Amino acid sequence: MSRAGMVGARVAQIVPTILLIGVVVFVLARLLPGDPVSAMLGDRATDEAVNRLRAQMGFDAPIWTQFVLFIGHAVRGDLGNSIAYRVPVLRLVGERLPVTLMLTGLATLLALLMAVPLAIVSATSAGRWPDYVIRAVFQVGLSSPIFYVGLIMLTVFAAGLRWFPVGGYGAGFVEHLYHLLLPAAALALSFSAVIMRNLRAALLDVLQAEFVDFAVAKGLRRRVVMLRHVLRNAGISTVALVGLHVGSLLGGAVITESVFAVPGVGRLMIDSIFARDYPVIQALTLVLAVLVSLAFLATDLLQIWLDPRIAR
Amino acid sequence: MRLPVPLLAGIVILSVLLLCALAPGLVAPYDPLAFDYTALQQPPGTQHPFGTDQFGRDILSRTIAAATIDLQIALLATVIPLVVGTMIGLVIGYYGGWPDILFGRLVDLVVTFPFLVLVIAIVAVLGPGLGNMYIAVSVIGWVFYARLTRGEVMVLRHHDYVSAARVLGYSDPRILLRHILPNAARPVLVYWMTDMSLVILLGSSLGYLGLGAQPPTAEWGVLIADGKNLFTQAWWISVFPGFAIVLCGIGFSLVGDGLADLLDVKR
Repeated sequence: MSRAGMVGARVAQIVPTILLIGVVVFVLARLLPGDPVSAMLGDRATDEAVNRLRAQMGFDAPIWTQFVLFIGHAVRGDLGNSIAYRVPVLRLVGERLPVTLMLTGLATLLALLMAVPLAIVSATSAGRWPDYVIRAVFQVGLSSPIFYVGLIMLTVFAAGLRWFPVGGYGAGFVEHLYHLLLPAAALALSFSAVIMRNLRAALLDVLQAEFVDFAVAKGLRRRVVMLRHVLRNAGISTVALVGLHVGSLLGGAVITESVFAVPGVGRLMIDSIFARDYPVIQALTLVLAVLVSLAFLATDLLQIWLDPRIAR
Repeated sequence: MRLPVPLLAGIVILSVLLLCALAPGLVAPYDPLAFDYTALQQPPGTQHPFGTDQFGRDILSRTIAAATIDLQIALLATVIPLVVGTMIGLVIGYYGGWPDILFGRLVDLVVTFPFLVLVIAIVAVLGPGLGNMYIAVSVIGWVFYARLTRGEVMVLRHHDYVSAARVLGYSDPRILLRHILPNAARPVLVYWMTDMSLVILLGSSLGYLGLGAQPPTAEWGVLIADGKNLFTQAWWISVFPGFAIVLCGIGFSLVGDGLADLLDVKR
């Protein structure tokens, strides 16, 4: 298949995927214990009021009609109203989502900054002590829950040393960055362990290749061979890995935001569970899944661009 | 046969934790629930190696008692996905056809949902608690075991010994269970180890957030949440239960990696 054809086919795939995400979220919402209407009106609502609202919200229609209406509304950006905040859910998500995106973006950057140099050191010293030390440290990172790392960082660096604010988000880009640095570091730790493990294995693989021996035999310096030839080839799988982990990063953000009181969608989700704010939970599940499927799309396209062999 | 050192270390760690989980009374120096008003919020010392909390409860004993719940999470949240997923993967991988195509779509769909977000959404529907967490994890988790087994079976079914078994007139269930399953089981076993450590991280996270095990159930995440507001005055209340989680994760990883090497499983 040609490159353009491949890109087109991959982009077209996103439509059924998003539609299926809609089905899952709709079914999940239908499984709710009780009825969203009685949840909205409370226990003391009269039957008449409940029935009126049910009709108003379309809950008396057949399930298929309801589904079509749900998708229709979602496509137009209408995800209902928050029960707790009494504003359109989409507005709420729109306010909170940039915070979460900045947190996860920053965490990805920090994870790469930690993982890539150490993976190179680890792979080039494979089987000797720097390799063992680096792998042992990352193994601890991989086994530490985010909320635990976050709690310790919060106590040491924010409450104790006062280098960072204890929570919140601040105003303006620079302050956002300053507030999010510590949460992002907590979120980045286990992610960097995953990247480092994968990249180390990929580097070791590529180091075995004949073109590396050739480059060395040609008289190129080790540094040039490592960065220009080895890392470039091994890095493609890291790109894919980062893309595939967007979901777990967003999941981790839910926990991080709760620990550090960051006003993003993750904290909103946890708050909404305790407030029984079902429309918000439903919308967030939908939005986050769509986000992940877009990240998968971007990853695939990036890979086609980086590695021309895929298109052949 | 000599076992490699990391694998042995992992087995020792998990055995110690398993002993704590099965017989906390034998290992723990104090009653994990007993209040002691003469020893409130004591820092770690000779009497209480991990210190005491604001009610004078011994943190070491509480951490040991919580192993019961956390190892139970590791087992109960993975055993249904393991069994059901492997069986479905066997059948789909062997027969192919439209169920395989359908399954492919399902996998694509499941991976687009952040696992934790989907679990939280299901827990939100069912209500917080350990039982509901097991349901939520099982509903999604089997897909990953099925995907792994399917991939193995797709390769194995073309092997000569499978054709030979078919020529001998063995029934499909017999070929699947007696001939293919033992060969497909190795990567599944290795993945199971990883999965158990992931599930403990998930379970303790939900416990910390108040969505998993409910207090006063002693669970590592719940214990850490108990001490979070006292962290600056009495760090030991939260720090030591966290050590247990990290240790447990390392144990499962060492065993998983060791098994992968031993059984020659590529990851």
